[in-house]
Amino acid sequence: MAHLLNTSFVPTSTTLRPRHQSTLSPSLATTRKSPIQSKIREIFMPALSSTMTEGKIVSWIKAEGDKLSKGESVVVVESDKADMDVETFYDGYLAAIMVEEGGVAAVGSAIAFLAETEDEISQAKSKAATSSSSSSSSSTVSNSPPPPVEVAAADSAPSSAVAPAKTSTVVAAASAHPAAEGGKRVVASPYAKKLAKELKVELSGVVGSGPMGRIVAKDVEAAAAAGGASSAPNASATPPAKTLAAPGVELGSVAPFTTMQAAVSRNMVESLAVPTFRVGYTISTDALDALYKKVKSKGVTMTALLAKATALALAKHPVVNSSCRDGKSFTYNSSINIAVAVAIDGGLITPVLQDADKVDLYSLSRKWKELVDKARAKQLQPHEYSTGTFTLSNLGMFGVDRFDAILPPGTGAIMAVGASQPTVVATKDGRIGMKSQMQVNVTADHRVIYGADLAGFLQTLAKIIEDPKDLTL
Amino acid sequence: MHSISFSTAIISGRNHYTSDLSPPSLRFCGLRRATLRFSRASRSEPRRGSLSSKLHFKKLSASLSDNRSAAKAFDYDLVIIGAGVGGHGAALHAVEKVHKLLIDSTGVNSVSVSSVIGRRADQQLQGLKTAIIEGDVIGGTCVNRGCVPSKALLAVSRRMRELQNEHHLKALGLQVSAAGYDRQGVADHANNLALKIRNNLTNSMKAIGVDILTGVGTILGPQKVKYGKVGASENVITAKNIIIATGSVPFVPKGIEVDGADSSFTSSSFYFYSLYTKLRKTVITSDHALKLEVVPDWVAIVGSGYIGLEFSDVYTALGSEVTFIEALDQLMPGFDPEISKLAQRVLINPRKIDYHTGVFATKITPAKNGKPVTIELIDAKTKEPKDTLEVDAALIATGRAPFTKGLGLENINVATERGFIPVDERMRVIDAEGNLVPHLYCIGDANGKMMLAHAASAQGISVVEQVSGKDHVLNHLSVPAACFTHPEISMVGLTEPQAKEKAEKQGFEISIAKTSFKANTKALAENEGEGLAKLIYRPDNGEILGVHIFGMHAADLIHEASNAIALGTRVQDIKYAVHAHPTLSEVLDELFKSAKVSLLSSYSYCANQQQIDY
Repeated sequence: MAHLLNTSFVPTSTTLRPRHQSTLSPSLATTRKSPIQSKIREIFMPALSSTMTEGKIVSWIKAEGDKLSKGESVVVVESDKADMDVETFYDGYLAAIMVEEGGVAAVGSAIAFLAETEDEISQAKSKAATSSSSSSSSSTVSNSPPPPVEVAAADSAPSSAVAPAKTSTVVAAASAHPAAEGGKRVVASPYAKKLAKELKVELSGVVGSGPMGRIVAKDVEAAAAAGGASSAPNASATPPAKTLAAPGVELGSVAPFTTMQAAVSRNMVESLAVPTFRVGYTISTDALDALYKKVKSKGVTMTALLAKATALALAKHPVVNSSCRDGKSFTYNSSINIAVAVAIDGGLITPVLQDADKVDLYSLSRKWKELVDKARAKQLQPHEYSTGTFTLSNLGMFGVDRFDAILPPGTGAIMAVGASQPTVVATKDGRIGMKSQMQVNVTADHRVIYGADLAGFLQTLAKIIEDPKDLTL
Repeated sequence: MHSISFSTAIISGRNHYTSDLSPPSLRFCGLRRATLRFSRASRSEPRRGSLSSKLHFKKLSASLSDNRSAAKAFDYDLVIIGAGVGGHGAALHAVEKVHKLLIDSTGVNSVSVSSVIGRRADQQLQGLKTAIIEGDVIGGTCVNRGCVPSKALLAVSRRMRELQNEHHLKALGLQVSAAGYDRQGVADHANNLALKIRNNLTNSMKAIGVDILTGVGTILGPQKVKYGKVGASENVITAKNIIIATGSVPFVPKGIEVDGADSSFTSSSFYFYSLYTKLRKTVITSDHALKLEVVPDWVAIVGSGYIGLEFSDVYTALGSEVTFIEALDQLMPGFDPEISKLAQRVLINPRKIDYHTGVFATKITPAKNGKPVTIELIDAKTKEPKDTLEVDAALIATGRAPFTKGLGLENINVATERGFIPVDERMRVIDAEGNLVPHLYCIGDANGKMMLAHAASAQGISVVEQVSGKDHVLNHLSVPAACFTHPEISMVGLTEPQAKEKAEKQGFEISIAKTSFKANTKALAENEGEGLAKLIYRPDNGEILGVHIFGMHAADLIHEASNAIALGTRVQDIKYAVHAHPTLSEVLDELFKSAKVSLLSSYSYCANQQQIDY
C-alpha cells in the first residue's frame, strides 16, 4: 500500500536503499584513467549539488571485491544537504576503497578504484596505495579552508605545545593495565574505541579508569573535553563529532563545522562579493489574516500564502526575479521558484516551491508540507533546495518585527518577513484606527535590481496582500 | 474426546507386517486421488474430502482386529529417547494421530461420528502407545537452556532498548525518565518462563497418556531399549519403532577452558546449577549465560551466529560492551550476505560492539586471582598470533555439538559422523555399512540436518506419519529460521549465493525482489522503518526459492513465505492474497507483488498443474 503513503518509495528489484532512489539519482563520475593499457577507473566524489565542495562517505553499500553492475548503488554520500545513494556508470569490480566510511573527500577526488575484471583488482589496489597520498593532498588544495573534520586540533598552537608533555605522563599511567605491557598495548573497551575514533582522541594518551586500568568510554569523553588529546593522524577516517553535540552544548568546547554548517559559511562569505541594498515596506495584513482563517482548515499554511503572494508580485516585476552570476550579464529566470528558509537541526536549508505563481494555493501548501518533512529527514534532492530564484525568510512566528537577510549567491533578491502585529494607525481621513501590520525588508543585488524596481515590486506585493482575493484563484 | 481416538496399532500394525519400511499402500493413494477429483470442482484444499470418509473408515476398522494382537508383541508402539521439543512434538503427534485422522475424516457427518464414539469407546482405542525417555529435564535445550529463556531475556532487552532510545521516544512524543533494571528480576523472569513452559510440556504429554520414563536411554538392539538412573536398577523395554531425539550440547572448541558450564550430561541438570552458582563464572556457554548471574562490563562473544547475536542484543541493552570473535571473514555467516550486511549496519555498528573477524580464539583462560579473562587470537588462515584480549567474561557461542553419549549406538552398528547420527531423508538411521537400521529413526540436533527446535519437531511428526503408514518427507527448505535480535532476522529456503549456485547447476534464471519497511504504514507508525524483505524466485515459473527478512517482527512475518514454499504456492498466485491494512504483513504483500513472473510460462505452469491434478 505504498501508494497510500504518499512516499516516493517504490519497491524495487535492484536497490538496497530504495528511499533514495529517484529519477535524479546521481551517478558516480568515473573516468578512464589510462585508457590504453589498463581498465581501472577512479570513482570520484560526485557533486550532488551546486554548492557542494566535499562529501562525507556515510557507508559503502558494496565492499572491496564486490561485483558492480551499471546503475547499482555503490556508496551513500552525505552532501551539504542530504544523504544520497550514488550509483556506478560501469560494470566491474570495486577494487579498492580509498576513503573509508565516515571519511570526507573533496568533490572530484578519487574515493575508490573500479577494476573491469577480477584480475585487475590487485593492480588497482597497488595503485590505490600509491595514489592515496597524492589524492589526499590534492583534496586539501582544492579546499580553501583546511579539511573541516579535525576536532581537537582546532585548539591550535598553545595547547598543542602542551600536548606532547601531557601525553608522555599519560602513557605511564595507562600502563597500569596488566595487559598494556608497559604502555605498548592499549586496552580499551569497544565503546571507548568507537568514541575515540569519533572524537579523534588518541587512545595511547588516555588514562584508563576502568577495571585494571582499562580505558572506558568516560575516560575518552574526559580526554576529548580536556582537549588534550592529539588529533588522529588520518583525518579522513573519522566522522565529525556528532555524538558529542547530542547531549547538549558543552560550554567552552570547540565544535567543528558539520558539512552543512561549512556550506552555509562558504555561501555567506561568498555573498560579500555582491553589492546589495535594502528596501523596507509596511503592509497591512487584516485581509490576509481573514483569508488565512478561512482556508486554514483546507491545509493552507501562512508560508504558502506569502509564497503565493510574492510569486504573483514577481510575475509583474520580472527583474526582481532575475539573477546575475558573472557580473557581466543577468538572466530573466523563466520560472518563479520561491525558496523558503527553514531552520533544521544543525543548520538551515531552503526548500523550493517551484512555479509558485502557477501552482494553486492548495497544491502549494501540500508541496510545502512534503518539502519540510523531507528537509527534516535530510532527504531533499538537489533540485528541491537549489533551484530557488527568490528567497523568503520569515521570522515573524518568533515575534521578530523586522530584520534584514543576506542575499544567497546566485539569486537576485531575498525578502525578510517580520511578525504581523496590531498597530495603531492614523488613517487618511484623520481618524485613528487599529490595523495588523507587518514589515518586510528586501535585500537585492544592485547590479541588476535598482531601488525603483524594488519599490514597484513591494507596492504590488502590498496590494496583493491587502486585497488577497487573487491568491485563492 | 481423547478417549475415542483410534487404536494406535491399527495403522502401525500394517506397517509391521509389511515391515520392509516401504512407502504407503496403494489403496491410500487411490483414495486420495478420488478425493482430489471431487474437491477440485469446489476449489477446496484437496486433503480429505467428505465423500472419502466412509470408505476410509471401513478400511481402518476392518484392519482393527489383526492389529490389536500385533501391538501386544511390543511394550510400546513408539519409544522416543529424549524429551526435548523434537521428542515432544513426535509424542504428541503419535498419540493424537489416529484420533485426529478420525475426526478429520468424519467431521462432516455427525451421524457417523456418534456411531464411531459408541463403538470405539468400548474397545478403548488409543493412538500409538508411546513412551518418552528423559535423563535430564523435560523440554531439553530449547525450553530449559535455549530458545525459551533467551526469549524472556530478549523481551527485556527490547524494552530496555526502547526506553533508552531518547531520540526514538522523542519522535513518538514520549517522555521517560531514566530506565533501569534489576538483574535478578530479569533472571527470574527467564527462569520462570522456562519452568512454566516445561510444566506445560510435561502436562501436555501426561494428559494424553504418554509414559514418561526417567533415566538415560540406551539402545540394546533392534527394537529394544533400556533406561534407568545411573546405578539404579535398569528396565528393558521393547518398541516397534524407536526415535532418537537426544539433541545437542554447546560446542566448546579445544583450548577453551569453560568454568561456567558443565556440558556433561549427568551434571548439567538445571537444578544443580542454581545450587552452586554462588561462584562467579567468567567463561561460559549459552547454558550458563541464560541464567544472567552477572552482567559483565565487557564480554567477548566467540561466534557471531544466532546465539552470539541474540546475546549481544541482550548484553548491550543491559549496558555491557561486546567484542565479537568470528573465525570467518565476516560477521553473521550463514545469513544471506545482503541481510547480514544490513544487519551489521543496524545491530553492530551503532552499538557498543567491536569485532575481530578471521581469527580463532585458541586459548581462553577464565579470570583468576584478580586477573581478567584472557583470550588469545590467531589468524584463521596463517595461524599466526594476532592479539590478546582481556575481558570481564567470555561467552562461547561457537555452535552446538550433537549429544549421543551412552546411546548404545555400537549395539546396532551405527557410527556417528562428526558426532551426528547419519540418517536418510526420512530420518531413518543409517548404520556403518550404509544400510538402513529398521525401525530406528533419529530427529533433531542429533542428526544435524537442521539444528532448530521446530525442525526437530517437524522431523518427529514426519517420522510418526511414516510409522503410521503414510509416506512423508520433510522439505527442509520450507523450515523457517529466525534470530530474535531487535529488529529480528528471519529466513526460509535458500540464500542468494545458494540460489545462484543451484540456478547455475540446473540451468534456470533467478530474480530478486526487495521491499523496504520504510514504505510500510505500520512500521512507520511504530517508528521502526529500518528493514528489508528480500525474495529470491524463478522468474520463469514463479517458484519461491528463498525469503529473507530483516526488520520489526520479521520472525512472525516469515511464515507466509515458509507456508508458500511448503505448499508449493507460486509468486503469481500468492500475490493475490489479501493482507489486512495497515499491518507489517504488507511488507511481504508488496514483496510478492513486486516480483515479475513472465506471463507466458505462468500459463504453461497452470497447464502442468492441471495435468498433475487429474
